[in-house]
Amino acid sequence: MTGIYAENSEGIFKKSVLEAASYASQISTDGVTAICIGSPNDGEADKLAKYGITKLIIVEGLTAFDAQNYGKAIAASLTGIKTLIMANTYEGKALAPRIAVLMNASLATNVVALPDTSNGFVVKRGVFSGKGFAHVQLSRDNKIVAITPNSIELKENQVSIAVEKATVSEAGNLTKITASNKAAGKIPLTEAEIVVSAGRGMKGPENWGMVEELASLLGAATACSKPVSDMEWRPHSEHVGQTGITIKPNLYIAIGISGAIQHLAGVSSSKVIVVINKDPEAPFFKAADYGIVGDAFEVLPQLIAAAKAAQN
Amino acid sequence: MSVVPDTTTKITFTDNNTKFNTAGVQFIINPYDELSLTKALEITEKAGGSVTVATVGLAEADAVIRKALAIGANDAIRINANPSDGQFVAEQLAAIAQQGGYDMVLTGRESIDYNGGQVCGLLGALLNWPSVNVCTKMDVIDGKAHFERDIDGGRETIEAVLPVVASAQKDLCEPRIPNMKGIMAARTKPLTVVEPIAVDGFGQYNGFENPIAKQAVKLFDAQNAAQLIDALKNEAKII
Repeated sequence: MTGIYAENSEGIFKKSVLEAASYASQISTDGVTAICIGSPNDGEADKLAKYGITKLIIVEGLTAFDAQNYGKAIAASLTGIKTLIMANTYEGKALAPRIAVLMNASLATNVVALPDTSNGFVVKRGVFSGKGFAHVQLSRDNKIVAITPNSIELKENQVSIAVEKATVSEAGNLTKITASNKAAGKIPLTEAEIVVSAGRGMKGPENWGMVEELASLLGAATACSKPVSDMEWRPHSEHVGQTGITIKPNLYIAIGISGAIQHLAGVSSSKVIVVINKDPEAPFFKAADYGIVGDAFEVLPQLIAAAKAAQN
Repeated sequence: MSVVPDTTTKITFTDNNTKFNTAGVQFIINPYDELSLTKALEITEKAGGSVTVATVGLAEADAVIRKALAIGANDAIRINANPSDGQFVAEQLAAIAQQGGYDMVLTGRESIDYNGGQVCGLLGALLNWPSVNVCTKMDVIDGKAHFERDIDGGRETIEAVLPVVASAQKDLCEPRIPNMKGIMAARTKPLTVVEPIAVDGFGQYNGFENPIAKQAVKLFDAQNAAQLIDALKNEAKII
Protein backbone atom coordinates (compact mmCIF):
# COMPACT_ATOMS: atom_id res chain seq x y z
CA MET A 1 0.00 0.00 0.00
CA THR A 2 1.27 3.45 -0.95
CA GLY A 3 0.61 6.75 0.79
CA ILE A 4 1.40 10.39 0.41
CA TYR A 5 1.75 13.15 2.94
CA ALA A 6 -0.45 15.93 1.60
CA GLU A 7 0.97 19.16 2.98
CA ASN A 8 -1.93 21.43 3.91
CA SER A 9 -0.99 24.99 2.92
CA GLU A 10 -3.73 27.05 4.58
CA GLY A 11 -6.41 24.68 3.32
CA ILE A 12 -4.90 24.17 -0.12
CA PHE A 13 -3.04 21.25 -1.68
CA LYS A 14 -0.36 22.85 -3.79
CA LYS A 15 1.15 21.51 -6.99
CA SER A 16 3.91 19.74 -5.06
CA VAL A 17 1.23 17.62 -3.35
CA LEU A 18 -0.34 16.75 -6.69
CA GLU A 19 3.11 15.74 -7.94
CA ALA A 20 3.45 13.39 -4.95
CA ALA A 21 -0.02 12.01 -5.78
CA SER A 22 0.96 11.48 -9.44
CA TYR A 23 4.14 9.70 -8.34
CA ALA A 24 2.35 7.47 -5.84
CA SER A 25 -0.49 6.51 -8.14
CA GLN A 26 1.99 5.47 -10.85
CA ILE A 27 3.78 3.04 -8.53
CA SER A 28 0.77 1.70 -6.63
CA THR A 29 -1.42 -1.18 -7.69
CA ASP A 30 -3.92 -0.94 -4.84
CA GLY A 31 -4.84 2.70 -4.42
CA VAL A 32 -3.15 5.58 -2.63
CA THR A 33 -3.95 7.01 0.79
CA ALA A 34 -3.23 10.67 1.47
CA ILE A 35 -2.69 11.98 4.98
CA CYS A 36 -3.13 15.63 5.76
CA ILE A 37 -3.14 17.56 8.99
CA GLY A 38 -6.07 19.91 9.53
CA SER A 39 -9.13 20.16 7.29
CA PRO A 40 -8.53 21.26 3.72
CA ASN A 41 -10.88 23.66 1.93
CA ASP A 42 -13.97 22.40 0.11
CA GLY A 43 -13.08 20.82 -3.21
CA GLU A 44 -9.47 20.09 -2.32
CA ALA A 45 -10.14 16.37 -1.76
CA ASP A 46 -11.53 16.22 -5.31
CA LYS A 47 -8.24 17.65 -6.58
CA LEU A 48 -6.45 14.67 -5.02
CA ALA A 49 -8.98 12.23 -6.54
CA LYS A 50 -8.08 13.59 -9.96
CA TYR A 51 -4.50 12.39 -9.42
CA GLY A 52 -5.29 8.92 -8.16
CA ILE A 53 -5.80 9.35 -4.40
CA THR A 54 -8.42 6.84 -3.23
CA LYS A 55 -8.53 7.77 0.43
CA LEU A 56 -7.85 10.94 2.40
CA ILE A 57 -7.22 10.79 6.13
CA ILE A 58 -7.64 14.17 7.78
CA VAL A 59 -5.85 14.30 11.12
CA GLU A 60 -7.35 16.80 13.51
CA GLY A 61 -6.24 18.11 16.87
CA LEU A 62 -2.92 19.78 16.01
CA THR A 63 -3.11 23.57 15.97
CA ALA A 64 0.47 24.53 15.15
CA PHE A 65 3.34 22.97 13.23
CA ASP A 66 5.75 21.00 15.37
CA ALA A 67 7.96 18.51 13.55
CA GLN A 68 7.88 16.03 16.42
CA ASN A 69 4.09 16.01 16.86
CA TYR A 70 3.34 16.14 13.15
CA GLY A 71 5.76 13.28 12.53
CA LYS A 72 4.12 11.16 15.22
CA ALA A 73 0.61 11.95 13.96
CA ILE A 74 1.50 11.02 10.38
CA ALA A 75 3.33 7.85 11.41
CA ALA A 76 0.32 6.80 13.50
CA SER A 77 -1.94 7.11 10.42
CA LEU A 78 0.23 4.93 8.20
CA THR A 79 -1.47 1.61 8.93
CA GLY A 80 -0.65 -0.73 6.05
CA ILE A 81 1.34 1.89 4.16
CA LYS A 82 4.83 0.71 3.25
CA THR A 83 5.85 3.42 0.83
CA LEU A 84 5.23 7.08 1.62
CA ILE A 85 5.72 9.80 -1.00
CA MET A 86 6.02 13.43 -0.02
CA ALA A 87 7.26 16.75 -1.37
CA ASN A 88 10.79 17.84 -0.47
CA THR A 89 9.63 21.28 0.67
CA TYR A 90 10.86 22.86 3.93
CA GLU A 91 7.95 21.19 5.69
CA GLY A 92 8.65 17.89 3.97
CA LYS A 93 12.33 18.11 4.91
CA ALA A 94 11.39 18.69 8.55
CA LEU A 95 9.00 15.75 8.63
CA ALA A 96 10.39 13.03 6.33
CA PRO A 97 13.32 12.09 8.62
CA ARG A 98 11.13 12.04 11.71
CA ILE A 99 8.60 9.75 10.03
CA ALA A 100 11.43 7.57 8.65
CA VAL A 101 12.64 6.76 12.15
CA LEU A 102 9.13 6.01 13.41
CA MET A 103 8.31 3.69 10.48
CA ASN A 104 11.80 2.17 10.38
CA ALA A 105 12.09 3.13 6.73
CA SER A 106 14.78 3.82 4.15
CA LEU A 107 14.62 7.50 3.30
CA ALA A 108 15.52 9.17 0.00
CA THR A 109 15.22 12.94 -0.35
CA ASN A 110 15.76 15.14 -3.43
CA VAL A 111 14.27 12.47 -5.68
CA VAL A 112 13.73 13.58 -9.28
CA ALA A 113 12.27 10.57 -11.12
CA LEU A 114 9.95 7.61 -10.76
CA PRO A 115 11.67 4.57 -9.21
CA ASP A 116 13.21 1.74 -11.17
CA THR A 117 11.56 -1.34 -9.67
CA SER A 118 13.01 -3.90 -12.11
CA ASN A 119 15.44 -5.04 -9.42
CA GLY A 120 14.44 -3.77 -6.00
CA PHE A 121 13.50 -0.12 -5.59
CA VAL A 122 16.02 2.31 -7.04
CA VAL A 123 15.46 6.07 -7.04
CA LYS A 124 17.33 8.82 -8.84
CA ARG A 125 18.21 11.73 -6.60
CA GLY A 126 20.07 14.98 -7.05
CA VAL A 127 23.52 15.10 -5.39
CA PHE A 128 26.55 17.41 -5.35
CA SER A 129 24.25 20.43 -5.33
CA GLY A 130 22.98 20.01 -8.87
CA LYS A 131 26.29 18.75 -10.30
CA GLY A 132 25.27 15.10 -10.33
CA PHE A 133 22.62 12.45 -9.84
CA ALA A 134 22.81 9.22 -7.87
CA HIS A 135 20.87 5.99 -8.22
CA VAL A 136 20.09 4.73 -4.75
CA GLN A 137 18.72 1.35 -3.83
CA LEU A 138 16.33 1.58 -0.87
CA SER A 139 16.64 -1.71 0.94
CA ARG A 140 14.18 -1.57 3.85
CA ASP A 141 10.62 -2.86 3.51
CA ASN A 142 9.28 0.57 4.39
CA LYS A 143 10.34 3.50 2.25
CA ILE A 144 9.95 7.26 2.18
CA VAL A 145 10.57 9.11 -1.06
CA ALA A 146 10.69 12.91 -0.86
CA ILE A 147 10.48 14.38 -4.35
CA THR A 148 11.96 17.68 -5.50
CA PRO A 149 9.14 20.05 -6.44
CA ASN A 150 8.69 20.46 -10.20
CA SER A 151 10.54 17.25 -11.13
CA ILE A 152 7.61 14.88 -11.55
CA GLU A 153 5.03 15.53 -14.23
CA LEU A 154 1.43 15.69 -13.13
CA LYS A 155 -0.50 12.68 -14.37
CA GLU A 156 -4.25 12.61 -14.15
CA ASN A 157 -5.85 9.39 -12.95
CA GLN A 158 -9.41 10.16 -11.88
CA VAL A 159 -10.67 7.90 -9.10
CA SER A 160 -13.25 8.27 -6.35
CA ILE A 161 -12.00 9.29 -2.95
CA ALA A 162 -13.15 8.30 0.54
CA VAL A 163 -12.54 10.80 3.33
CA GLU A 164 -11.87 9.73 6.92
CA LYS A 165 -11.06 11.72 10.01
CA ALA A 166 -8.71 10.91 12.85
CA THR A 167 -7.98 12.89 15.99
CA VAL A 168 -4.70 13.14 17.87
CA SER A 169 -3.69 14.99 21.00
CA GLU A 170 -1.34 17.96 20.92
CA ALA A 171 -0.05 17.26 24.44
CA GLY A 172 3.70 17.25 24.88
CA ASN A 173 4.41 19.90 22.29
CA LEU A 174 8.00 20.98 22.98
CA THR A 175 8.15 23.87 20.54
CA LYS A 176 6.02 26.95 20.19
CA ILE A 177 5.72 29.17 17.13
CA THR A 178 5.85 32.75 18.36
CA ALA A 179 5.56 34.59 15.04
CA SER A 180 5.03 33.72 11.41
CA ASN A 181 5.67 35.91 8.43
CA LYS A 182 4.65 34.71 4.99
CA ALA A 183 5.05 36.90 1.96
CA ALA A 184 1.46 37.13 0.80
CA GLY A 185 0.80 36.51 -2.87
CA LYS A 186 4.42 35.75 -3.71
CA ILE A 187 5.30 32.48 -5.38
CA PRO A 188 7.72 30.44 -3.23
CA LEU A 189 10.96 30.11 -5.17
CA THR A 190 11.20 26.34 -4.89
CA GLU A 191 7.73 25.88 -6.35
CA ALA A 192 7.94 28.46 -9.10
CA GLU A 193 7.75 27.19 -12.67
CA ILE A 194 9.43 30.33 -13.96
CA VAL A 195 12.18 32.20 -12.13
CA VAL A 196 13.64 35.56 -13.10
CA SER A 197 16.98 36.02 -11.41
CA ALA A 198 19.46 38.87 -11.45
CA GLY A 199 23.01 39.54 -10.33
CA ARG A 200 25.57 42.28 -9.90
CA GLY A 201 24.94 43.39 -13.47
CA MET A 202 21.88 45.24 -12.15
CA LYS A 203 24.30 47.67 -10.43
CA GLY A 204 22.13 48.30 -7.37
CA PRO A 205 18.96 47.33 -5.51
CA GLU A 206 17.15 50.40 -6.85
CA ASN A 207 17.13 48.81 -10.31
CA TRP A 208 15.19 45.68 -9.34
CA GLY A 209 11.88 47.21 -10.43
CA MET A 210 12.47 45.96 -13.98
CA VAL A 211 13.33 42.47 -12.77
CA GLU A 212 10.17 42.35 -10.69
CA GLU A 213 8.05 43.69 -13.51
CA LEU A 214 9.28 41.04 -15.94
CA ALA A 215 8.76 38.36 -13.27
CA SER A 216 5.24 39.56 -12.59
CA LEU A 217 4.36 39.54 -16.31
CA LEU A 218 5.64 35.97 -16.67
CA GLY A 219 4.04 34.76 -13.42
CA ALA A 220 7.55 34.11 -12.13
CA ALA A 221 9.30 34.21 -8.78
CA THR A 222 12.36 36.42 -8.38
CA ALA A 223 15.80 35.17 -7.36
CA CYS A 224 19.32 36.53 -7.13
CA SER A 225 22.98 35.53 -7.10
CA LYS A 226 25.14 35.17 -3.98
CA PRO A 227 26.98 38.51 -4.25
CA VAL A 228 23.64 40.31 -4.50
CA SER A 229 22.35 38.62 -1.36
CA ASP A 230 25.71 39.13 0.42
CA MET A 231 25.56 42.86 -0.33
CA GLU A 232 21.98 42.81 0.95
CA TRP A 233 20.54 44.21 -2.25
CA ARG A 234 18.04 41.34 -2.00
CA PRO A 235 16.97 39.05 0.89
CA HIS A 236 18.98 35.85 1.32
CA SER A 237 15.78 33.85 0.77
CA GLU A 238 16.16 34.76 -2.93
CA HIS A 239 19.73 33.49 -3.19
CA VAL A 240 19.96 30.51 -5.51
CA GLY A 241 23.18 28.53 -5.84
CA GLN A 242 25.29 25.97 -4.07
CA THR A 243 24.97 27.58 -0.64
CA GLY A 244 21.55 29.07 -1.32
CA ILE A 245 18.44 27.42 -2.64
CA THR A 246 18.56 24.76 -5.34
CA ILE A 247 15.73 25.23 -7.80
CA LYS A 248 14.38 23.36 -10.76
CA PRO A 249 11.95 25.58 -12.62
CA ASN A 250 10.81 25.04 -16.20
CA LEU A 251 12.37 28.35 -17.14
CA TYR A 252 15.25 30.20 -15.46
CA ILE A 253 16.12 33.66 -16.73
CA ALA A 254 19.48 34.96 -15.46
CA ILE A 255 20.16 38.65 -15.92
CA GLY A 256 23.62 40.06 -15.24
CA ILE A 257 24.87 36.85 -13.62
CA SER A 258 28.19 35.51 -14.91
CA GLY A 259 27.46 31.89 -13.97
CA ALA A 260 30.11 30.83 -11.45
CA ILE A 261 30.17 27.07 -10.83
CA GLN A 262 28.56 27.61 -7.40
CA HIS A 263 25.66 29.49 -8.98
CA LEU A 264 25.19 26.90 -11.71
CA ALA A 265 25.03 24.19 -9.05
CA GLY A 266 21.77 25.65 -7.80
CA VAL A 267 20.04 26.18 -11.13
CA SER A 268 21.51 23.80 -13.70
CA SER A 269 18.56 21.39 -13.43
CA SER A 270 16.23 24.06 -14.80
CA LYS A 271 14.57 22.81 -17.97
CA VAL A 272 15.27 25.93 -20.05
CA ILE A 273 17.92 28.50 -19.14
CA VAL A 274 18.05 32.00 -20.60
CA VAL A 275 21.13 34.13 -20.00
CA ILE A 276 21.34 37.89 -20.53
CA ASN A 277 24.82 39.24 -20.00
CA LYS A 278 26.91 41.94 -21.65
CA ASP A 279 30.05 39.80 -21.43
CA PRO A 280 30.04 37.28 -24.32
CA GLU A 281 32.65 35.25 -22.39
CA ALA A 282 30.40 34.82 -19.34
CA PRO A 283 30.57 31.09 -18.45
CA PHE A 284 26.79 31.01 -18.01
CA PHE A 285 26.29 31.04 -21.80
CA LYS A 286 27.76 27.50 -21.92
CA ALA A 287 24.89 26.30 -19.71
CA ALA A 288 22.20 28.30 -21.48
CA ASP A 289 19.57 27.33 -24.03
CA TYR A 290 18.89 30.89 -25.12
CA GLY A 291 20.97 33.98 -24.65
CA ILE A 292 21.35 37.65 -25.39
CA VAL A 293 24.73 39.33 -25.27
CA GLY A 294 23.73 42.78 -24.17
CA ASP A 295 23.27 45.26 -21.38
CA ALA A 296 20.45 44.46 -18.97
CA PHE A 297 19.31 48.07 -19.00
CA GLU A 298 18.87 47.90 -22.74
CA VAL A 299 17.43 44.38 -22.98
CA LEU A 300 15.01 44.29 -20.04
CA PRO A 301 12.70 47.10 -21.23
CA GLN A 302 12.35 45.30 -24.57
CA LEU A 303 11.53 42.01 -22.85
CA ILE A 304 8.96 43.71 -20.63
CA ALA A 305 7.30 45.31 -23.64
CA ALA A 306 7.31 42.01 -25.56
CA ALA A 307 5.94 40.08 -22.56
CA LYS A 308 3.13 42.64 -22.25
CA ALA A 309 2.36 42.33 -25.95
CA ALA A 310 2.40 38.52 -25.70
CA GLN A 311 -0.21 38.64 -22.97
CA ASN A 312 -2.66 40.58 -25.09
CA MET B 1 30.01 17.92 10.96
CA SER B 2 30.43 16.63 7.43
CA VAL B 3 33.62 16.76 5.41
CA VAL B 4 32.77 17.64 1.81
CA PRO B 5 34.48 18.55 -1.48
CA ASP B 6 35.31 22.25 -1.86
CA THR B 7 32.51 24.21 -3.57
CA THR B 8 34.60 24.79 -6.72
CA THR B 9 35.14 21.05 -7.29
CA LYS B 10 34.36 19.71 -10.73
CA ILE B 11 32.26 16.63 -10.00
CA THR B 12 33.30 13.47 -11.86
CA PHE B 13 32.87 9.77 -11.17
CA THR B 14 35.15 6.73 -11.50
CA ASP B 15 34.92 2.93 -11.47
CA ASN B 16 32.25 2.79 -14.15
CA ASN B 17 30.38 5.70 -12.51
CA THR B 18 29.99 3.96 -9.18
CA LYS B 19 32.29 6.21 -7.14
CA PHE B 20 32.88 9.93 -6.71
CA ASN B 21 36.30 10.79 -8.11
CA THR B 22 38.29 12.26 -5.20
CA ALA B 23 41.52 12.71 -7.21
CA GLY B 24 42.81 16.24 -6.67
CA VAL B 25 39.77 17.23 -4.62
CA GLN B 26 40.23 19.60 -1.71
CA PHE B 27 38.02 18.71 1.28
CA ILE B 28 36.46 21.30 3.58
CA ILE B 29 34.05 21.62 6.49
CA ASN B 30 30.55 21.47 5.03
CA PRO B 31 29.67 25.21 4.75
CA TYR B 32 26.38 24.83 6.66
CA ASP B 33 28.18 22.91 9.42
CA GLU B 34 30.71 25.74 9.62
CA LEU B 35 27.78 28.03 10.41
CA SER B 36 26.42 25.69 13.08
CA LEU B 37 29.90 25.41 14.64
CA THR B 38 30.29 29.20 14.74
CA LYS B 39 26.81 29.59 16.23
CA ALA B 40 27.54 26.93 18.85
CA LEU B 41 30.63 28.93 19.87
CA GLU B 42 28.63 32.16 20.04
CA ILE B 43 25.98 30.50 22.21
CA THR B 44 28.45 28.91 24.63
CA GLU B 45 30.49 32.11 24.91
CA LYS B 46 27.32 33.80 26.16
CA ALA B 47 25.49 31.06 28.03
CA GLY B 48 28.47 28.95 29.12
CA GLY B 49 29.29 25.36 28.25
CA SER B 50 31.55 23.75 25.72
CA VAL B 51 31.36 22.66 22.09
CA THR B 52 32.12 19.14 20.86
CA VAL B 53 32.45 18.43 17.14
CA ALA B 54 31.34 14.98 16.02
CA THR B 55 32.11 13.63 12.56
CA VAL B 56 31.48 10.27 10.95
CA GLY B 57 34.51 9.66 8.76
CA LEU B 58 37.73 7.79 8.17
CA ALA B 59 41.19 8.99 9.19
CA GLU B 60 41.49 11.41 6.25
CA ALA B 61 38.78 13.54 7.92
CA ASP B 62 41.15 14.39 10.79
CA ALA B 63 42.78 17.35 9.03
CA VAL B 64 39.37 18.97 8.51
CA ILE B 65 38.32 18.15 12.10
CA ARG B 66 41.50 19.92 13.31
CA LYS B 67 40.31 22.99 11.43
CA ALA B 68 37.05 22.88 13.41
CA LEU B 69 39.10 22.70 16.61
CA ALA B 70 41.16 25.65 15.36
CA ILE B 71 37.97 27.63 14.82
CA GLY B 72 37.22 27.07 18.50
CA ALA B 73 35.53 23.74 19.31
CA ASN B 74 36.74 22.34 22.65
CA ASP B 75 37.06 18.74 21.59
CA ALA B 76 36.15 16.37 18.79
CA ILE B 77 34.88 12.84 18.33
CA ARG B 78 35.40 10.95 15.08
CA ILE B 79 33.27 7.89 14.53
CA ASN B 80 35.59 5.72 12.48
CA ALA B 81 33.36 4.76 9.55
CA ASN B 82 32.60 5.72 5.99
CA PRO B 83 29.61 8.13 6.12
CA SER B 84 27.64 5.99 3.67
CA ASP B 85 24.31 7.78 3.96
CA GLY B 86 22.48 10.29 6.14
CA GLN B 87 20.58 7.64 8.05
CA PHE B 88 23.75 5.74 8.98
CA VAL B 89 25.40 8.99 10.05
CA ALA B 90 22.41 10.01 12.18
CA GLU B 91 22.37 6.64 13.98
CA GLN B 92 26.06 7.06 14.85
CA LEU B 93 25.62 10.66 16.01
CA ALA B 94 22.56 9.73 18.09
CA ALA B 95 24.63 7.12 19.92
CA ILE B 96 27.21 9.82 20.75
CA ALA B 97 24.57 12.36 21.76
CA GLN B 98 22.92 9.87 24.11
CA GLN B 99 26.17 9.40 26.00
CA GLY B 100 27.16 13.04 26.24
CA GLY B 101 24.48 14.94 28.13
CA TYR B 102 24.32 17.63 25.44
CA ASP B 103 21.77 20.48 25.57
CA MET B 104 21.83 21.19 21.85
CA VAL B 105 22.92 19.34 18.77
CA LEU B 106 23.44 21.63 15.78
CA THR B 107 23.79 20.38 12.21
CA GLY B 108 23.90 22.02 8.81
CA ARG B 109 20.77 22.32 6.69
CA GLU B 110 22.31 19.67 4.44
CA SER B 111 25.71 18.57 3.26
CA ILE B 112 26.68 20.08 -0.08
CA ASP B 113 27.74 16.69 -1.45
CA TYR B 114 24.82 14.33 -0.84
CA ASN B 115 22.23 17.06 -0.11
CA GLY B 116 20.10 14.76 2.04
CA GLY B 117 19.04 17.34 4.61
CA GLN B 118 18.05 14.43 6.83
CA VAL B 119 20.33 14.41 9.85
CA CYS B 120 18.61 17.13 11.93
CA GLY B 121 15.17 15.49 11.80
CA LEU B 122 16.56 11.97 12.12
CA LEU B 123 18.50 12.91 15.25
CA GLY B 124 15.41 14.57 16.72
CA ALA B 125 13.38 11.42 16.19
CA LEU B 126 16.12 9.02 17.35
CA LEU B 127 16.69 11.05 20.54
CA ASN B 128 13.00 11.94 20.91
CA TRP B 129 13.95 15.61 21.07
CA PRO B 130 12.26 18.47 19.20
CA SER B 131 13.94 19.39 15.90
CA VAL B 132 13.90 22.74 14.14
CA ASN B 133 15.39 22.89 10.66
CA VAL B 134 16.75 25.61 8.34
CA CYS B 135 17.36 28.16 11.11
CA THR B 136 18.47 31.68 10.26
CA LYS B 137 18.73 32.68 13.95
CA MET B 138 19.51 30.66 17.08
CA ASP B 139 19.87 31.76 20.66
CA VAL B 140 19.56 30.35 24.17
CA ILE B 141 17.98 32.64 26.77
CA ASP B 142 17.13 31.51 30.31
CA GLY B 143 17.48 27.86 29.41
CA LYS B 144 15.19 28.03 26.39
CA ALA B 145 16.18 27.91 22.74
CA HIS B 146 14.90 30.55 20.34
CA PHE B 147 15.01 30.15 16.59
CA GLU B 148 14.02 31.87 13.41
CA ARG B 149 13.62 29.50 10.52
CA ASP B 150 12.69 29.42 6.85
CA ILE B 151 9.28 28.01 6.01
CA ASP B 152 7.73 27.57 2.59
CA GLY B 153 7.11 31.14 1.43
CA GLY B 154 8.29 32.93 4.57
CA ARG B 155 9.89 32.76 8.01
CA GLU B 156 8.75 32.02 11.52
CA THR B 157 10.14 32.30 15.02
CA ILE B 158 10.01 29.30 17.32
CA GLU B 159 10.98 28.65 20.90
CA ALA B 160 11.87 25.18 22.12
CA VAL B 161 12.75 23.51 25.37
CA LEU B 162 16.21 21.94 25.69
CA PRO B 163 17.55 19.56 24.65
CA VAL B 164 16.89 20.33 21.00
CA VAL B 165 18.33 19.58 17.56
CA ALA B 166 18.51 22.40 15.02
CA SER B 167 20.00 22.87 11.57
CA ALA B 168 21.78 25.91 10.17
CA GLN B 169 20.63 27.82 7.11
CA LYS B 170 22.69 30.45 5.32
CA ASP B 171 22.44 33.84 7.07
CA LEU B 172 22.68 32.25 10.53
CA CYS B 173 26.03 33.96 11.15
CA GLU B 174 29.36 34.79 9.55
CA PRO B 175 31.58 31.70 9.68
CA ARG B 176 34.71 32.18 11.81
CA ILE B 177 38.14 31.83 10.29
CA PRO B 178 40.80 30.13 12.44
CA ASN B 179 43.57 32.40 13.70
CA MET B 180 47.17 31.40 14.48
CA LYS B 181 46.46 30.97 18.18
CA GLY B 182 43.52 28.71 17.39
CA ILE B 183 45.57 26.65 14.94
CA MET B 184 48.30 26.14 17.55
CA ALA B 185 45.75 25.23 20.25
CA ALA B 186 43.97 22.78 17.94
CA ARG B 187 47.06 20.56 17.80
CA THR B 188 46.67 19.55 21.43
CA LYS B 189 42.88 19.53 21.76
CA PRO B 190 41.39 16.06 22.26
CA LEU B 191 40.23 14.23 19.14
CA THR B 192 38.77 10.92 20.25
CA VAL B 193 38.25 8.15 17.71
CA VAL B 194 35.44 5.69 18.45
CA GLU B 195 34.23 2.69 16.51
CA PRO B 196 30.74 2.80 14.94
CA ILE B 197 27.71 1.04 16.39
CA ALA B 198 26.17 -1.72 14.27
CA VAL B 199 23.27 -0.49 12.13
CA ASP B 200 21.13 -2.44 9.67
CA GLY B 201 21.56 -1.02 6.16
CA PHE B 202 19.16 1.52 4.74
CA GLY B 203 20.27 1.35 1.14
CA GLN B 204 23.19 1.75 -1.17
CA TYR B 205 24.45 4.01 -3.93
CA ASN B 206 24.43 1.94 -7.13
CA GLY B 207 25.80 4.57 -9.47
CA PHE B 208 26.15 8.20 -10.43
CA GLU B 209 25.76 10.37 -13.48
CA ASN B 210 26.47 13.96 -14.43
CA PRO B 211 23.70 16.18 -15.78
CA ILE B 212 23.27 15.95 -19.54
CA ALA B 213 25.35 18.59 -21.32
CA LYS B 214 23.35 21.35 -22.96
CA GLN B 215 23.30 21.99 -26.70
CA ALA B 216 24.91 25.21 -27.88
CA VAL B 217 23.14 28.35 -26.79
CA LYS B 218 20.85 30.08 -29.27
CA LEU B 219 21.67 33.78 -29.25
CA PHE B 220 19.44 36.73 -30.08
CA ASP B 221 20.49 40.24 -30.94
CA ALA B 222 20.39 42.76 -28.08
CA GLN B 223 18.65 45.25 -30.37
CA ASN B 224 15.89 42.76 -31.00
CA ALA B 225 15.34 41.20 -27.60
CA ALA B 226 11.63 40.70 -28.24
CA GLN B 227 12.59 37.67 -30.37
CA LEU B 228 13.54 35.92 -27.14
CA ILE B 229 10.02 36.22 -25.76
CA ASP B 230 8.71 34.92 -29.09
CA ALA B 231 11.06 31.89 -28.92
CA LEU B 232 10.07 31.11 -25.33
CA LYS B 233 6.43 31.29 -26.26
CA ASN B 234 6.34 29.61 -29.65
CA GLU B 235 9.48 27.43 -29.81
CA ALA B 236 10.14 26.31 -26.22
CA LYS B 237 6.41 26.74 -25.44
CA ILE B 238 7.26 27.58 -21.91
CA ILE B 239 5.55 30.92 -21.26
